Amino acid sequence: MNLPNDAAGQEDVRAIISRHAHREGALLPILHAIQADRGWIDETAIRTVAHALNLSRAEVHGVVSFYHDFRTRPEPRPVIKLCRAEACQARGSEPLAEWAQSRAGDRVAIEPVYCLGLCSVGPNAMLGDDVHARLDQASLGALIEAL
Amino acid sequence: MRILISDDALAIACGADRVANAFAKAAPDAEIVRVSSWGMHWLEPLVEIELDGTRTGYGPVSPADVPAILDGRGDAIRIGDVAAHPFIAAQTRLTFARAGRTRPLSLDDYEATGGWAGLRAARAMTPQQIVETVTASGLRGRGGAGFPAGIKWKTVLDAPGARKYIVCNADEGDSGTFADRMLIEGDPYLLIEGMAIAGLATGADTGFVYVRSEYPHAIAKLEAAVAASRAIVAPFRIEVRTGAGAYVCGEETSLLNSLEGKRGEVRAKPPLPAHQGLFGRPTVINNVLTLAAVPFVLAEGPQAYADYGMGRSRGTMPIQLAGNIRHGGLFETAFGITLGELVDAIGGGTESGRPVRAVQVGGPLGAYFPPALFDTPFDYEAFAARDGLIGHGGVTVFDDRVDMAAQARFAMAFCAVESCGKCTPCRIGSTRGIETIDRIVANENRLANIALVEELCETMKFGSLCALGGFTPYPVLSALHHFPEDFGLKDAAE
Repeated sequence: MNLPNDAAGQEDVRAIISRHAHREGALLPILHAIQADRGWIDETAIRTVAHALNLSRAEVHGVVSFYHDFRTRPEPRPVIKLCRAEACQARGSEPLAEWAQSRAGDRVAIEPVYCLGLCSVGPNAMLGDDVHARLDQASLGALIEAL
Repeated sequence: MRILISDDALAIACGADRVANAFAKAAPDAEIVRVSSWGMHWLEPLVEIELDGTRTGYGPVSPADVPAILDGRGDAIRIGDVAAHPFIAAQTRLTFARAGRTRPLSLDDYEATGGWAGLRAARAMTPQQIVETVTASGLRGRGGAGFPAGIKWKTVLDAPGARKYIVCNADEGDSGTFADRMLIEGDPYLLIEGMAIAGLATGADTGFVYVRSEYPHAIAKLEAAVAASRAIVAPFRIEVRTGAGAYVCGEETSLLNSLEGKRGEVRAKPPLPAHQGLFGRPTVINNVLTLAAVPFVLAEGPQAYADYGMGRSRGTMPIQLAGNIRHGGLFETAFGITLGELVDAIGGGTESGRPVRAVQVGGPLGAYFPPALFDTPFDYEAFAARDGLIGHGGVTVFDDRVDMAAQARFAMAFCAVESCGKCTPCRIGSTRGIETIDRIVANENRLANIALVEELCETMKFGSLCALGGFTPYPVLSALHHFPEDFGLKDAAE
């Protein structure tokens, strides 16, 4: 993850592109695959993708910057996505988020997410693909500690 | 002995995997079966023990409860016969008929519970007959707009073009909703069957399901189900695509742009997607629940579906009870039930035990209702008449600690963050809305600024291209009109 911008990395990017380029509307699947592989989408990857799909760099950059999921800089810290949408607000997510931020300090990134579809058992969070419900200071604190 | 435990993401988030592991250790001879969720979320992880053909439910179960349950104790968390539980017995489950009862990816379970009967019926019909059947059922789009599904299908059927598409909108971004997720995770073949029927009805041979990236469990289940059922639905072909965290992509034209690999910006209509949709071709774009309702309509006939409901809202709606509610979960019922029955009688009021103060219906773009309006029946037209919408059927309950001015501000802030930027009322109006609400709360020219927010909401409502800018006024104005005291006003007349 978070590989440097090296030639080997760009080989990986080209391999990803060739796996997906035949698909209709291939750009999002390609960007997802690059981010899954490398943790973020760097400028060189954008260039390579643009060239391969016959798009301008501006077009690819426009797509990368439009979607909240795509990172244009590496995030070296572990990330907890804490739901901040209405159903979790109704169950106390706002004070919990404030507490989590101070507890996590600079070591763990606490990012907002708007709904994980677990709206009857919030506050909820996601780490990678793992989901956690009914969070309070004790259980969220344990998650932060374990990272 | 068989032990049934859900593998729904919500059950897992509540610890279902840990409970399953504890049972596997404590009862190595028992068969552990991972099934879909019944949708009684306050009881998850819910476990059913099957002995000599009789099932006994327990919930919510923690790993520490496992020895007691196996010893026949565990009275404190015993539910008994889950199907007879009042929360389940009171429902009319047409779309969620299999919830809690089958293994989501088992083709045997699907077939044994009537699966593919709708597709078989459709294969014996002409495209026109399928469209007429769906039209006669009265089924309306469950994504929120409530547009008649049959008319949309007919438009695509009649549109000229060698290549057409079926697109399933599974970008369920509304807070307080989870029915799409539960359906995909719990009964994925039902959605696949509905899409294949839509393909037969319109002459489309390719389908895309656009699932939001926040639903990794649903994506994995659906991909497995698509692969396992490929031969059954062939020559129809389905591809699963993942969103990338943009709320606005739940809007149909923005979703189409996203599928094409572009920024998820909204398109002006016309042209309608039914005429020029994905890659400029005629496209049916329907919500998960709309497509999942179709197999029942084809298998049982349109009248069997239309017999449920009220007025022009026919059939059933999978309603999602969420937020600060004691008995949260999935409640599928015929249209017509009142908001008060849902929140108080079925939902049991707030989980915190404090009085209910506000209920947001229809997600972040839905209106906030006070208990005084709890007699509103769940029906597209009845909610519209009270300046609200049922949207995707999410009901989010707040207790008396909620600050409605803060909720109104959040609605504007959410719109500002999620706006695709294409139209000015949404892109700029939402930011001006935040600032103006801040001034109201700070008592700067309060009355003048309230008038300004009302006017701004008018502009957003009628000047925005899509529902994001167009419906953000619903939560803002409903908060202002029903809860004026939170904005520093003594009552609504002021």
